[in-house]
Parts: sequence; C-alpha cells; structure tokens
Amino acid sequence: MSDLEARVKVARDTLNAHVREMVAWHFDPATGCPFWLDYADRLDFDPRDKIERFDDLQLLGHFEDEWLRGGPVRRWVPKGLADQPVSVFETGGSTGVPKYRINIEDYKIDYKMFSDHLPDEGFPRGGDWLMLGPTGPRRLRLAVEYLAQVRGGICFLVDLDPRWVNKLIKAGKMQELEAYKNHAIDQALTILRANDNVKCIFTTPKLLEALCEKVSLQKMGIKGIFCGGTEMDAQFNRFAREELIEGIEFVPTYGNTLMGLAHSKPFDPKDNYAITYYPPNPRAVIELVDPDDPSQVVDYGQTGRIALTTLTREFFIPRFLERDEAERARPIEAYPWDGVENLRLFSALQESVVVGVY
Amino acid sequence: MAAPIHLPVLRAGTPYESLNKTAVSHIQTGEPLVDVSQANRGLAGRDLSRMESHRQVLAEVPVADLIAMSKSAAESFVNDTLPVGEGEQSLDDYVASLSGTTGMPQALVRRNVDKIYKALSEVDLILDGLTRGLDLTVLDEGWTVQGGRPLSYICQTNALGQILPSNSPGVHSLWVPSVPLKVPLVLKPGREEPWTPYRIAQAFFKAGCPKEAFSFYPTDYGGAAEILLRCDRSMLFGGGATVAPWRDDPRVQIHGPGQSKVLIGPDTIDRWEDYVDVIADSIAINGGRSCINASSVWVSEKGDEVAAALAERLAALVPRKLDDPEAGLAAFGNPAFAEAISGTVDAHLRQEGAREVSADYRGERLQKLDGLTFLVPSIVRSEPDHPLADTEFLFPFASVVEVPSSDLLDAIGPSLAVSAITEDEALIDGLLRSPKVERLNIGPLGTHVVSWDQPHEGNLFDHLYVQRALQRAS
Repeated sequence: MSDLEARVKVARDTLNAHVREMVAWHFDPATGCPFWLDYADRLDFDPRDKIERFDDLQLLGHFEDEWLRGGPVRRWVPKGLADQPVSVFETGGSTGVPKYRINIEDYKIDYKMFSDHLPDEGFPRGGDWLMLGPTGPRRLRLAVEYLAQVRGGICFLVDLDPRWVNKLIKAGKMQELEAYKNHAIDQALTILRANDNVKCIFTTPKLLEALCEKVSLQKMGIKGIFCGGTEMDAQFNRFAREELIEGIEFVPTYGNTLMGLAHSKPFDPKDNYAITYYPPNPRAVIELVDPDDPSQVVDYGQTGRIALTTLTREFFIPRFLERDEAERARPIEAYPWDGVENLRLFSALQESVVVGVY
Repeated sequence: MAAPIHLPVLRAGTPYESLNKTAVSHIQTGEPLVDVSQANRGLAGRDLSRMESHRQVLAEVPVADLIAMSKSAAESFVNDTLPVGEGEQSLDDYVASLSGTTGMPQALVRRNVDKIYKALSEVDLILDGLTRGLDLTVLDEGWTVQGGRPLSYICQTNALGQILPSNSPGVHSLWVPSVPLKVPLVLKPGREEPWTPYRIAQAFFKAGCPKEAFSFYPTDYGGAAEILLRCDRSMLFGGGATVAPWRDDPRVQIHGPGQSKVLIGPDTIDRWEDYVDVIADSIAINGGRSCINASSVWVSEKGDEVAAALAERLAALVPRKLDDPEAGLAAFGNPAFAEAISGTVDAHLRQEGAREVSADYRGERLQKLDGLTFLVPSIVRSEPDHPLADTEFLFPFASVVEVPSSDLLDAIGPSLAVSAITEDEALIDGLLRSPKVERLNIGPLGTHVVSWDQPHEGNLFDHLYVQRALQRAS
C-alpha cells in the first residue's frame, strides 16, 4: 500500500468514526435537534443502530434544502447546544422566505481550519483584510472577518446585497447593475487608499476585475487574494493570474452556507489552471453522483452532480443534491479524500438559475 | 472525421486561445465543425478599457486608404482562401461550414455572400449615402469647409460593439463601413455563426488593415452585456426579450423584431394578382428569417383571395437538402425550437379570429427531411385585433389582415420596413409622416429591397459621429 493509499484509508476510517459520533449526537433525544428527532420518529429503524459508516447515510435518503425554508428556526438547534448563543445565516440570493442555517461555532472552526492552509507569505499574519463580497445575513460576512481576526488582522467591510443584484439581473437593468457595482468598488478603493495595512482581500471574480481596472493591487501592497463566486473557473483562474494580479497569491475557493468552505489544491502549472477543491473532511464530504441514480458515485474523471454531506455537532445534512456539477478528482497528499474539479452549475438546472454578479 | 477547426478570440486582432471553448456541430450530421474560444467577461471588459489607443491607430490611416482596403477585402472575401484559426478556408468551405452550423441552405448563404461583397466593394457609395455626400477627408483632418462653412465632426466612441445574430450572414454588411469610418469593431458573434465576422476580419487584415480594427469576442450573455456597457456605440441584434433592457439606451442601436409589412392601397387592390410575387418574396426571401421579411399584409378588401394566392404560391417552397441549389428554406439547428415556434402558432390559432390558409395547400407546418427540421411557409388570414395579426416568427410566416382603407394607417403597428403598393397620395403622405415606419418602399418594391445608399435601421454615420460647432478666427 502506498503512503497516499494509507492516508486515504486513515481518512476514511476517521470519517466513518465521525459519522457514528455525529449520528449518535443528532439522534439522541438528549442532544439532537427537534427536526432530526421528529424525523427519526417517522423511520422504521433507529439511525444509531443502522448507520455505522459513511455509506450507510444512504438509509436517510437525500436532505432537501426546502426543509430549511422558514421557521421556527429553533427546530434546528441541537438540545445539547441549547444554552449556546445562536446565529442564523441565510442561503442564496433569491428573495421570498429564506432558507436558514443556524450556527454557533461552525464558521469559526471552518475558517480556522482554512486559515491553517493559507500561506503566510501571501496572507501575512497581522495584515488587515478587505471583505468585498456578499454581506448582510450571510455566513461569509462573519466568516471572512473571523478569518482576518484569527490571523491577527482587522477586516474592513463593504455592504453588498446579492438579492438586489439578482433583482436587477432579472429585470434586465444592466446599467443599474453597473452603477451598483461601481458604488461597491468606490467604497473598496476608499478603504484601500485610507488603510495601508490592508494586505489581503476576499472578493468575487467580477469585483476583482472591477478593482483591477481602477488600481494595481500589487502596487497598493496587496499580498493575497481569496476569491470565490460563480465565475471562478479555469479560464478566470488563468486570466486573473496572467493579467489581473500577477505576483499576488491567489487562492480560489468554493463555499456555501450549508457546507462551509472547500480548500483548493495549491497552484501547479501542470494543472493548466484547472481548479480542484477538497471539502473539509470529515466535517463536510462531497460526493459526485450520477444525476439519474444519485446512489451511485461516478468514476474518477467523470462528471457527476454534487451530493453534499455536512457532519458537525451543530448541523447535520445527509447527501444534499447541490445545484452544481464537476468532475471527480483523486485524493492528494494534503487532502487524502475525493475532490472536485471544474466545478460549474449543474447543466440540467442552468436555464433556471440566475447567477449573481457579485 | 477531420478535427474541428479552432477559432480563437481576437484581442485587437491578436489570436487568444481560451481555456473555455464552445463546440458547434453540423446540424444534420452532428459532426463537430468548430471549437470556438470563449472570452470570459472580464477579459473583454479589460480589453475594452484600452480601445482608445486602437482607435488612434485607425485614425492615422487616411479614409481613402481604408476605403481601398475595404474594396480589396471584398475581393479576398469572395476569392481567396483565408486564415481560419490555425488553418485556412476557401469560400466553398466557408459556405459549407456556415450552412452546416446554421441550417441556412448553401444557395442562400451564397446570396448573402454577394450582399457582403457589395457592401465591402461599394463602401464608398454607402458612405456617400450615409453622410449625404460629405467630403470624407473631414474624418482625416477633423474639419473641412463645405459650402463656404467650416464643418467638423466628432466621433462618439472608441469602438463599435456588435452583438450579432446567427440567422443570416447578410446582417454583417451593416457594420463593415465602420472600418473606413475609423471606428474599431468589437464583434460578439452568434453561437452558430462565428464564420462570417471572422472571415471579414481576415479579409481586411489581408488588405493591410491594422489589426486593431477588429476584436472578436465569442462570449456569453454576461460578456455581451459588458460590450454593450463599455462601447459608447453598439448595435444589438436579437429577439424582443434580448433587446428590451437596452431600448432606452441611446448608445445602443437596436435591431430587434422588424414586424415588416406590405400594404396594398385601395387604389391598387383590384390589381392584387400583379403583386403576388413581390409579396411572396417579401415574406420568404432569404428563408423568411430576416427582420425585413414581411410578417403581415394589410389590405382594404379581398383579404381571402390574397391569402389564398400567397398560400398557394409559397406552398412550392418545400424542405430541400442544404446543398440543393433550389433550396430556399433554412433548417433549425435545434428541433425543439422549431416545435416550440410551431406550438406557439397553434396556440394562437385556437383563439377565434385567425385561420391558417396554408393548411389547405401543404402538409404539416413542421416537416423533416434527412434528419433536418423545417417550418414550411404559413399564411394566416387574421382579424386585425388577433395576436397573429402583427407577430413575427423565425420562418416564412405572414398574416393577411383586412381593415377599412380609412383605418390602414392607424391599424399598423411599429414596422421596420413597409412596402406600400399604392399611388394614393393621401396614404403615401400619411406613411411619410408616420413615426411608426422606419424604412418605406413606395410601389411594388418588396420589404427586402434595400438601396445601399439609404440607411438601414438607423444611420451608422449618425450613430458614430456628431457634428460640432467650429469657428476659426480669420
């Protein structure tokens, strides 16, 4: 068995043990949340008896994100954490009754883990940050601020409402959209010009382009950019590295309110700018499944729909079918479990999804 | 099977191979014909912020030289084997490729080639028409004296954006005068028709035109929006939903649905049989897909007879193979699209007030031949307030509508082209005064008959330049 194979086995064993621990927690009447305890009451088996490893989660079917829509939000708070201060985050940029995820410490744990993988040269300790991305009731707003803090920095923020952006797109108000983007960029530039110690930025591909049109981020002293959003693909990765931010550390990311934050494989010229993400196992697992038979995981290199499983004490999401697809990537030394390459909107849903410009 | 051609992005004439490519296949065989590099939105945006320097390069070339290059490009366009990506393409290959990805029969493609040739080779006449005889050295010198008065024009943009369609290559003849007018082009081709803009650019390059004159950005909806936002002057081709967000933007010249019409006046209606050919051509020429194809025929009486005669005449237009020299109908690349259009027509026909006269003269509206899907001509006899009375579809479709002669002017809606077959001076006067009519052909001239010295859907020179006051102390 090679060293990598051994690491993969250890990671899998760790994941299976973690699954048992999380199922025991979420389905214990003393610690689970009302939603999952009620769910278990309707099953003809006790998940704690039947689920011993990750693959056994198939017994619970697929989580549906519609279950998260509306209140009471407290049905998601585990009894075992009932005395803790609870935050609530909303998913997506669509209007109407939101989908909620409760949160206690998860975002801090996820971003601390992420921080441990960030290089200090690109994201210097003690450097301040600019957060130029969706704010409001979104996890990302607090998460990036925490990331700055955990690395000894202070985070400057610009308001950005993705729901307004989506409304403008749906209404075809492209000029207003441009004006809103410029409004955000103007504020970001003001922050950058007034605060010399801002060394790191979180932003989205579109806003990064807009920033780079106004200034040289390298000349402004920016060392690292952490970037995620719907336009992040191999071509953008190449364009950014070649033409926008040459010499600046560039870390693409994939994240959402339900999963947390995936880590990207360190840049390697041999990858021809393809971006491969690895979820933060065992707290979150991504499988690429056959869209027509989601019980089947596709082979390495094959395209599949993303099935997300989140396994933390705060939140349990078994095998939620995401709106994204990708190719299944092999484990690597740093992340000895499956990754996803060439992530994009799930093609069967592309017609109906409005992606933001934020 | 030969490897598909790769068409790169052209960034001010310089090829750029993107990591994102769109494969376009032959609509009949499914054979991949071309991989088109896609410009990400930000790349196009970044390049467009540098267009001023590109315009400066063109500004330094005399208009007379640019006109000569256009004439030379005309010859290359129709005679030469020109670069296409890393390979080369003869005219025949170009015609076959274009036909294969769009479904337009090769015979119709060749007619459009003639149109482009004419626009390139007679660009001096076109410019003369667009500028109403202006001495074009004014664009070299910045000012001139005409009729004893100083005259100066200022360019309104550093680039002319083009969001182009796939339905007919003839539309590309509209933007070629931009080069001698010294304004670089930013071309976003239609998904199925990257061929023509790329070939025109190559023909100009061969003629010595500066590379900076042509940027070619196959891109998505976001990239198109970026071009429209960044270019201070653009042309936008598309359906109602595509053009709607830009209707109030004076920087964008809209080329949307034409809803072109033929009117037969009360003075000529008794001779309607003399005009059946002109009307049938207006409806169906070039496959019936252009905005200047008539989608309705308005008469004061004899509507049933006119509709029956048109239906009978157009029933002869049947599906043929793409390389059949007699072919006159375009096939649909996506059969589902043809089915959706046909379904929409059916849904409207279920509403009282319209009848498909063509059903008496031909088979089903949607027909298949050798794996190709066609919509054959459809003539509908419609009441004036029926939804089909003034609706345009992407195939030879027209409603024949009867209204009292006194109501003809009020009854018609906005129209790109109107052919008024009449000698009734009051009706002609009314049409001349009507803001609803963009192009007016008086007499038995089809809606498709275009005089090159007349502007088409707006005047390109007026779109690009504005006259400014100029006084010099003597």
